[in-house]
Amino acid sequence: MSPFNPVWPVRSHRGYLAFVVHRVSGVGLAVFLPLHFLALGTAIGGEAALEGFLRWTDHPLVKLAETGLVLLLAAHLAGGLRLLALELLGWRDWQKSAVAVAAGFSLAAGLLFLLNLGL
Amino acid sequence: MPDERTLEVKVWRGGESGRFQAFAVPRRASQTVLDVVTWIQRHLDATLSYRYACRVGMCGSCAMTVNGKPRWTCRTHVDKVADGDTLTVAPLANLPVVKDLATDMAPFFDKWAKAEGRFVPADERPADFHTVPPGTRASRAANAGIECIGCGICYAACDIVRWNRDYLGPAALNRAWTLVNDVRDAGNDVRLAAVAGDAGCHACHSQEGCRTHCPKQINPTASIAGLKRATMVAAFKGRL
Repeated sequence: MSPFNPVWPVRSHRGYLAFVVHRVSGVGLAVFLPLHFLALGTAIGGEAALEGFLRWTDHPLVKLAETGLVLLLAAHLAGGLRLLALELLGWRDWQKSAVAVAAGFSLAAGLLFLLNLGL
Repeated sequence: MPDERTLEVKVWRGGESGRFQAFAVPRRASQTVLDVVTWIQRHLDATLSYRYACRVGMCGSCAMTVNGKPRWTCRTHVDKVADGDTLTVAPLANLPVVKDLATDMAPFFDKWAKAEGRFVPADERPADFHTVPPGTRASRAANAGIECIGCGICYAACDIVRWNRDYLGPAALNRAWTLVNDVRDAGNDVRLAAVAGDAGCHACHSQEGCRTHCPKQINPTASIAGLKRATMVAAFKGRL
């Protein structure tokens, strides 16, 4: 038996949430990257193969997954910018606001993409 | 008027492995968690081991895990942290448990030494008192971190310490940062080299657990970020 169960109370704060979002979005993007190269690789098989793949991506469910992907990218970008700002600019009391701005930016970017799909 | 309610307190008993033991403690007005633990030891089980000294938030010796969060128990009111009428008290995380609620603080303070957290006087025999100009960026940075009482709460709240047992930890790095900003100190080349390694400031993920839980409202994450910048500048200048 461990004296430290459950493990979440000590981690239930915004800074840790920002860390988890950054880590999970980073791992998600790393997993996606080989699939991205695989998709580009279909061009080697000729124009028709790539076109076929691109037509498949017009499927609403794929578009929805793409939205998730853009959300991951935006979250990771915003989280990374937040970290750079915290560590290089030496901010003190702005951290929590920075987390909020990062989260807002990523959500806005994801939603903007969703709206642009014209669904 | 005495409070008629009873507090159910689960207290960790044993060492690294053990179990929680439940005690019923009378609830009092303005009762601190340390009051509760002391009441148990004096009235219910004299073998309960824990550590405290000043009882007023100065010595940093009474930190424990209270309802899952590291806290200074002498300044933590039961009313603020109790989950209804229950309280769970465990030793600090990330440190070896000696017995019950007492942890071995040696690894924590050894890391202060490893981070070169001692003052190295620039002038061994100054003719007069040093003048530390107030309001400078350096003195403000040193002031921001200097009130650390060495309670180990930041160390217990840090996941990097949990993942990398060699990591110097927030308190030791915060101490190093206050000295980096001390105009009287001449030990910075050695100090920056000591904190620039794999287990030093660059291992920090800026999760801010230390800042969130520090009872003195110090922000070790900002101090560590300062060390990251200082070591980066030192590396560019060829001093590392």
